[in-house]
Amino acid sequence: MHEIKRRYVIPGDKIVEGNFRPLMNVIKSGNALIATRIGIAETGRDGVKVIPLSGVYLPRVNDLVIGKIADHSSLSWEVDINSCFSAHLPAQDVFGRDFSPARDDMTKHFAIGDMITARIVAFDRTRDPMLTVQDRDLGKIPRGELLRISATRVPRLIGKRGSMIQTIEQATQTRVLIGQNGIVVVTGRSPEGVNLAVMAIRMVEDEAHTANLTQRIKGLLNVPDTPPPQERSPLSAGAPKPAEIESTIDEVEEELEVEGEK
Amino acid sequence: MSQARNLIDETGKRIDGRGFDELRNVKITVGPVKNADGSAFIEFGKNKILAAVYGPREVHPKHMALPDRCVLRCRYHMSPFSTDTRKNPAPSRREVEISKVMREALEPALMLQDYPRAAIDVYVEVLQSDGGSRCAGITAASVALADAGISMHDLVASCAAGKVDNKIVLDINDEEDKEGQADMPVAYMPRLEQVTLLQLDGRLAPEQFNECLDKAIGGCKMVYEIQKQALMQKYFGNETELKEETQ
Repeated sequence: MHEIKRRYVIPGDKIVEGNFRPLMNVIKSGNALIATRIGIAETGRDGVKVIPLSGVYLPRVNDLVIGKIADHSSLSWEVDINSCFSAHLPAQDVFGRDFSPARDDMTKHFAIGDMITARIVAFDRTRDPMLTVQDRDLGKIPRGELLRISATRVPRLIGKRGSMIQTIEQATQTRVLIGQNGIVVVTGRSPEGVNLAVMAIRMVEDEAHTANLTQRIKGLLNVPDTPPPQERSPLSAGAPKPAEIESTIDEVEEELEVEGEK
Repeated sequence: MSQARNLIDETGKRIDGRGFDELRNVKITVGPVKNADGSAFIEFGKNKILAAVYGPREVHPKHMALPDRCVLRCRYHMSPFSTDTRKNPAPSRREVEISKVMREALEPALMLQDYPRAAIDVYVEVLQSDGGSRCAGITAASVALADAGISMHDLVASCAAGKVDNKIVLDINDEEDKEGQADMPVAYMPRLEQVTLLQLDGRLAPEQFNECLDKAIGGCKMVYEIQKQALMQKYFGNETELKEETQ
C-alpha cells in the first residue's frame, strides 16, 4: 500500500498535476488529471484511478456474474445480469458443438427463472455480452438467499484478499457467492447465520466508503479481533486476474466443493 | 413594460431584501429518491425541485438507441400545485422547450460515448416554483447525474441574471422576472469555463449584456460550490480527508 495517495473526489475535481497515466474514471486535461465520477482517487506509481462509489453495473470481459435466465430461443438463453444489456448464453456452450435445437431440450439444463453463475467471454460497444458456464466453478445455483447490492460495493464486500467476506463467512457459518454485477447469494445451514450475514452485507453496502469497516463488521458479528485473516490459496489455473475477481472465483470454488460433499 | 412599483428601493435593496450580487438561499440534498439511480432535491429561494436520474438503462423503444453513444432524455415538469393558480399537468409549450434546453445544457458535461446503446433519463419535477426554475432544475439534475455515477467532465451549475430598474442584478426571482426588464438564464461548467445554456428574455445594451453574463457566471460559480459541498456531504459526511485503513 505504500506510495499510494488517496482522496475523496467528485466529477470535475483535479486529482493531481503532472505526468501520470489516467486509468479508471480519470481524464487528462492539459497537465491535470480530472475525476469523472464520485469516488476515492488513488494516485499510484502506474497511474491515477478513481474507485467509484455509485453507478450501475456495466459488463466487462472476464467478469464473473450471477444472472437469472429470462428467456430462451432455440439457440441461446437470455440472461438478466442486472445491467442495461441482457446477456446471451449460447446453447452450444452447454451442449457442445453438436447441439441441435431439434434433439436437445434446453430447459433440461436451465429453465426460465434459474439463477446461474457465468463468466462474460465477449462484450464490446457493438454487441450484447456473451456468457459461458464452461468452467468447473460455473453453472446453476441450486439454493440460497438472494441479495442485490450496488456493483460499486463489490470490491469492498470482498475486501483486501477476501478479508471482509472471509470474516463474514467464518462468523456466520455461511457461504457467500458474489457476482461482479452486484448480485450476492448467501447459503448456510442455519437461517440465523444467513440473516446475520445478510445484515453484515447490507452494512458493508451502506458504509462502503468509510474507514475501519472490517473492524466494525467484526464488532457486529462478535468476532474477536486477534487472528489476522489467513491467506487464501491462489487460484491454480488461468492467467493472473485482478484481486477481486480472484476472490470471487475462490468463493465459487468453495461453494462447489461444499455441494460436492453433500 | 410599465413598472407598477419600484423593484429596487432607495437603499439599493431588492424587493426580497437582497443586494445586487446576492443569490437566494440555495440548499441541495442528494439522494432523496431511493428508487432512482441518482437524485437530488434543490431549494433555490422558494423553488422546490426534485430531480431523479435513471440509467444507463435499456432504450425503449429500441429504435431510439444510438450505436455509438447514449441517449439523454430530459423531462421538465411543473406539478399542478407548484403555482398559485393550478397548472394543467399536460406538458405545455414552455415545458417542452425547457426539457430541450435542459438536455442541451447537460449533454456537454456527460461522457455519453461511454454508454453506447443505452439511455439516461432525467426527470425534473417542480414542486413549488419561484422564477429561475430552469436554472435550479439544471443544477439539481447535474447533481443527480453525478449521484447516479455517470461519467462527467464537470458539474453543470446554473444561475440567472437580469435587468431590474435599469440595474443588472443576480438571480432574478419570480416578481423581478415578471416586472423586470430582462432575464438571462445561464448554465456553466466552471472547470472547463464553458457556457452550456444562454437564453435572454428582454433587451440589453451590448455592455449590459456582458455585465449580465459575467454576473450570471459569477452566480454559477457560487452554485457550483454548493453542489460540490452537497455531494461531498452525502458521500463522505464531514470527512474531507481519507483515513488509511488499519489492517
